[in-house]
Amino acid sequence: MASTATLRKPASGFRISRKMLPYVLSLPALLVCIGILIPFITAVIYSFQRYRLSQPWARQFNWGENYLNFFTDPAFWNTLKVSLLYAGITVTLELLLGLGIALLLQRRSTVNNFISIMLLLPLMIAPALAALMWKLMTNPSFGILSYLASLVGLHDFRWASSPSTALLTVVLVDIWVYTPFIMILLLAGLRSLPTQPFEAAALDGVPRTFVFFRITLPMLTPYILTATLFRLLDSIQQFDIIYAMTQGGPGNTLTVFQVEAYLNFFQSTNVGRSAALMVILWAITYFLSNIFIKNWLRLRERARGEA
Amino acid sequence: METTSTLEKILRLIALTLVVIFFMFPIFWIFLMSFQTNETILAIPPSVIFTPTLSNYAALITGKLTTAAGTLDIAFMRNLMNSIFLSVTSVAIALVLGVPAAYAFARHKFKGSEDIAFTLLSFRFAPPLLVLLPLTQYFQWLGLADTYFGLIWVYQLICLPLILWIVRGYFEDISADVEYAYRIAGHSWFATFRKIALPLAGPGIAAAGLLAFIFAWNNFVFALVLASADKQPVTVGALAFVTSSGIQYGQIASAIVLSVTPTLALALYAQRYLVEGLSLGAVKG
Repeated sequence: MASTATLRKPASGFRISRKMLPYVLSLPALLVCIGILIPFITAVIYSFQRYRLSQPWARQFNWGENYLNFFTDPAFWNTLKVSLLYAGITVTLELLLGLGIALLLQRRSTVNNFISIMLLLPLMIAPALAALMWKLMTNPSFGILSYLASLVGLHDFRWASSPSTALLTVVLVDIWVYTPFIMILLLAGLRSLPTQPFEAAALDGVPRTFVFFRITLPMLTPYILTATLFRLLDSIQQFDIIYAMTQGGPGNTLTVFQVEAYLNFFQSTNVGRSAALMVILWAITYFLSNIFIKNWLRLRERARGEA
Repeated sequence: METTSTLEKILRLIALTLVVIFFMFPIFWIFLMSFQTNETILAIPPSVIFTPTLSNYAALITGKLTTAAGTLDIAFMRNLMNSIFLSVTSVAIALVLGVPAAYAFARHKFKGSEDIAFTLLSFRFAPPLLVLLPLTQYFQWLGLADTYFGLIWVYQLICLPLILWIVRGYFEDISADVEYAYRIAGHSWFATFRKIALPLAGPGIAAAGLLAFIFAWNNFVFALVLASADKQPVTVGALAFVTSSGIQYGQIASAIVLSVTPTLALALYAQRYLVEGLSLGAVKG
């Protein structure tokens, strides 16, 4: 455990009183963030209003109407469906792939360490720019991936510009950017596991699938949970990749929460609906982040203990 | 683990090769494309053998793109400058505000400190557009719309929580005893903070700063909503550039290369801190 002993009363040369000091130190950081709480409250108020920028005169409270309308609004159900689908598919595939790569790189060696550093690079590229890179590679006239698709018989494979493959394309970009995140977290987890259970299992000649499912996986679970929740929180809010790639299109194929809210605000200027969408998304992320923070704190304590 | 058959070794090798190809190929390909003219880019089948040209970079750096249809002005260097200015300033301010606060949270368990720290962390997880959309209107009223000041303020939402939580972890790892001894010797609180705590947490502060820089640089949505063309960073600028330049694929590729180079270089330089920083200290790298 880290030492967090509080300092005693100082000897001299101390102008701010001891009690006030922590508040004084954290106040500037707080003030900067407090400014952000005001628009947050405003957004909640907007979500209870009939508010269109095109009809400012008709602005009035309609209480839960924006929310009630969602029940009969196919566009909303589409948003919910696409958001959950996107988050579900990306996080599941990234978890499986990330775990697989972490297991491949588990043993410390020069080559493995070099590869794990190289794999960090996609994660360091801005998701919006990563989407542009893939846009160039999937361009129908010269994109290398379109060319490769035509080699395997998929002529005129339209990637992000066809409604049937648009989701697949953005999911691919998401996997490219974020799998390394899960991989490095699980790799750090794997390498921090105690060695004794594995040595004992090896001595007893326990089959390796048994070792994996009964020792490795259970011991790795807290790390898997942290990585999954972290990614789920980000993925359900994905905006950059989808907006840079297709702006929510073609049609409304990819209008996930944040993209739909953005389009509602800036294109259809329906502020009330846009705010209500964001409040619902916030409720989902608030729920997820509470589970995440609890789990993450436990893991952090453990990391502290071992350090 | 020790009893690996030859077959398994081969399978592992194949799997690792595929992984490396999937994650490295896009970077490699865009890098190649940035040295190509449109003719070689459009050639079918695509080839890795071509005469490299620096004309794409030259066009971006001079800001003049000469095409058959005439000359086109490119503001990309401006975007690059904006990215540098916004990220550096935001991180500097976040460090000045965040490090003392992190110290306070680590050393003094005061009333409500955990709640405040959690509230700050929760900004990391809230949907950005929730606050951004009303913020556009507030910024209009306050005169902050389309100003660097307004953008840097909003960028604190990315930088501050990150710095606060990583640096706090580093301070907590350092024993308070040294500071206590220094204080007993009659030094002020501020001298203790400056001469003892700051140097000891130095590597952590540097790592948090680098990570905050990468996140600020990579941000897209804040500037998309709040900044007009002349204040936009590369993430938004590159997208606008794609729309305006249309078919100048070589220049788009070189713009992407210029945009990602700073973060990639920093990531390679600071890679051993990245794991711990990315997980906010939940996993020791």
